[in-house]
Amino acid sequence: MSTELIEIAELVTSWSASDEQVEAVVTSDRETEVRAYEGEIESLTVAESQGIGVRVIKDGRQGFAYAGTLEENELLEVLSEARDNASFASPDEFSGLAEPDGVESVSLDVYSDGVNSLATNKKIDYALELEKLTLATDKRISGIESSEYTDVVSESAIATSTGIRSSSKESGCCLMVYALAEEKGETQTGFGFSIGRNPDELDVAKAASDASDRATRMLGSTKPKSERLTVVLDPWVSAQFLQIVGSTLSAEMVLKGRSLFADRLGETVASPIISLVDDPTNPQAFTATETDGEGLATRRNVLIENGELKMFLHNVWTARKAASTSTGSAIRSYASTPGVGIQAISLKPGGRDPIDLIADIDNGILIQSVTGLHSGVNPISGDFSTGAEGLRISNGELSEPLREFTIGSTIQKMLKDVSEVGSDLEWLPMSSAGSTVVINELTVSGA
Amino acid sequence: MKSGGSFAEIFIEDRRSTSAVLDDGLVEELNNGRDRGAGIRVVSGETTGFAHTADLSASGLHKAAEAASSAARSNSEAVVEVDLSNESIPNISEIEIFPKEVSKSEKVALLKSADESVRDAGLPVTQVAARYGDSHRVLQIANSEGLLTGDRQIRSSFSVSCVAAGDAGMQTGRESVGRTVGFELFKDTNVDEVALKAAARAVTKLDSVPAPSGEMPVVVGPGGGGVLFHEACGHGLEADLIEKSASVFAGKQGEMVAAPNVTLIDDGTMVGEWGRFAIDDEGNPAHQNVLIEDGVLTDYMWDWQRARKHGRLSSGNGRRQSYRHLPMVRMTNTFLAAGDGDPQEIIEDTEYGIYVAQLGGGQVNTATGDFVFGMTEAYLIENGKLAAPIRDGNLIGNGPQVLLDIDAIAGDFAMGSPGTCGKDGQGVPVGDGTPTLRVKRLTVGGTAT
Repeated sequence: MSTELIEIAELVTSWSASDEQVEAVVTSDRETEVRAYEGEIESLTVAESQGIGVRVIKDGRQGFAYAGTLEENELLEVLSEARDNASFASPDEFSGLAEPDGVESVSLDVYSDGVNSLATNKKIDYALELEKLTLATDKRISGIESSEYTDVVSESAIATSTGIRSSSKESGCCLMVYALAEEKGETQTGFGFSIGRNPDELDVAKAASDASDRATRMLGSTKPKSERLTVVLDPWVSAQFLQIVGSTLSAEMVLKGRSLFADRLGETVASPIISLVDDPTNPQAFTATETDGEGLATRRNVLIENGELKMFLHNVWTARKAASTSTGSAIRSYASTPGVGIQAISLKPGGRDPIDLIADIDNGILIQSVTGLHSGVNPISGDFSTGAEGLRISNGELSEPLREFTIGSTIQKMLKDVSEVGSDLEWLPMSSAGSTVVINELTVSGA
Repeated sequence: MKSGGSFAEIFIEDRRSTSAVLDDGLVEELNNGRDRGAGIRVVSGETTGFAHTADLSASGLHKAAEAASSAARSNSEAVVEVDLSNESIPNISEIEIFPKEVSKSEKVALLKSADESVRDAGLPVTQVAARYGDSHRVLQIANSEGLLTGDRQIRSSFSVSCVAAGDAGMQTGRESVGRTVGFELFKDTNVDEVALKAAARAVTKLDSVPAPSGEMPVVVGPGGGGVLFHEACGHGLEADLIEKSASVFAGKQGEMVAAPNVTLIDDGTMVGEWGRFAIDDEGNPAHQNVLIEDGVLTDYMWDWQRARKHGRLSSGNGRRQSYRHLPMVRMTNTFLAAGDGDPQEIIEDTEYGIYVAQLGGGQVNTATGDFVFGMTEAYLIENGKLAAPIRDGNLIGNGPQVLLDIDAIAGDFAMGSPGTCGKDGQGVPVGDGTPTLRVKRLTVGGTAT
């Protein structure tokens, strides 16, 4: 199918006139989703989706259009809509499509045929088995809100009239379960997951026990009092914060006056133990990709090294505007023009085990989940406060569960207040990896 | 349509959307999109099979129907015989000016006007981004119970985000309008005023102080509190979560769950509102549903599947993001009915607390009832008066407790900003509204202690 997609993209770009640049992004996904409930299949979805997005640049004006189909008469319509749209945009001397930049893309092994070859019945069995195992983990598990197996094979191709040709094919599968735990009339919830490129990488037992642990550990939880104290973020939580930090390091945010790190290149913006790398060429990341949203090779970008801000992420437009080069960081879907963003971000691990880090803390909280990141974080001002759940740390040991509180600080202050990064590093189903991170001081708002 | 399953449905959607974005003084892009396809659902017993396709030819639909049917493990072969050619789409949405009949240059002109009005106002605003959007969604739905219906849903929206810069760094302000109407939205809405509101919000926050930390009374302004109810109890009243005991409100029908002055309504029939439609995405007419009346939980919200199981009718709350998604129970326009308090007196009556003029998004765990919501324009209340603006942050509370802790509701009802509600990865447009109200105790997640 990949060859077909690139042919469609090439066909559209072949229609370009001599005084315009044309880019076509073509995608095709094949998905299966099985949900189990009370020992039965609740739903089974099998679906294929396609889409094309076309960008036209003429006289510095950019236009875009997309369609959720690859029928040939639609392709023409999409191109003509994009052309028409370009005529209404403001001229921008920095507009332009990617051109081959000589950077070789790495070869990543991100497709496995296992997702395709696994029989539907086996996929159903995964979802049923996951529900059954999760229920059996602990007698306090009172029910399963959802238990699902999903897989996807995604293909995409990009061609431009400026000489870009790229195509990719990747597979992924995931188990996800939400468990309910009940004791003394109180209900708590927890999720567990397992993710892989091939179904044989999925670990049903781990997903089940993680969901059970997350749900049962919160039983009997209370609300802490408001105070400032040392907080430890577990990998699931730190990975979410890294995504927010990463979003402030996009050159688009900088050039448009929206980054709190603008004008800070070369300065110390974080604790000296922080080194932050965005590396989509790392095959361990589930978001690893050979080429970016404009068809350029992805590369390893060191954003912060020993606390010092080293660079911002660029796509073609920001690179032109800043007289720099693209860092292969264009991100997009077929229905959007390329933005700039992180693709696989992680902290350089420290030297100590998470348990030893916790053992050093007399009074603190281990944060195991956060909610409301989208509403409680302002990446432009840097203010953040999010809902949180976790465990009290007393005299170096984990103790009672806590919930219904928030943690707050600013992004700027939090980066400087990091006192330890654990030796652990876990790639998660998002564009970041998590590590255990100790922050000297955060404000806990509770009772 | 016939099928070997006990229920079969075809949902055809043709959506055209336009957006235009101005940022950093430039009209960055105009974007036109078209998504068209069919979702086919076959329900056999408790099992749902679902397939979707962008191929609307007879063979494409047949293939999808077979996939859905075999997914539902229905024994006999599915036969799809849908003749939609002679079905006329009822002219339901109340549209004066179809966005597709308005020139692109007129849409772009709105963006430029909004941008210029802020830049000419002499404010310490350093950045302006404006977005225009419209969508034209045509639905046709047929099912094995003999239903054959359709709807045409047209929505128009406009939003502006500003950045202001001062000695203490940058602050942001946003204002948006969106209605289930055509381009006539801009006869009633002055985009320059929208832009200046966003700018004023950002500028006001330049003098903001860190939000306090801990439990205190919270007054929410008119139109501002919808998100609070959406999260505190709206999701928890969705029948799919009730059925799985994944809601703190399961088994509470007929019980007092809120303060006696609380009446909460979900209403998909509110003409022009963002969550308005004639039929839901299963073909059932929109309804006005009273969820809580004078503090008593009267009913949940239902889609076809959950309603069938309970031997009742759908409440018109079966919605889906697109033909690529299965429908589930969703809110429409959810609002708290006006009370008889005086908004000024509610503030004067509050010695110390915060006043939230604009809420951001929120999130809830329906099983525990714990929810958060953001504040994007808020002030301290000191000695019964509005005081310093405070920085952005979240508030956290527990739904059932917050409903009981509402101790004042004013008569100044207003609808809030258009929202997109996310559930299980699907986003749908929702509206909300509230009068001024006070929760006697909520945890404010600030950093000032």
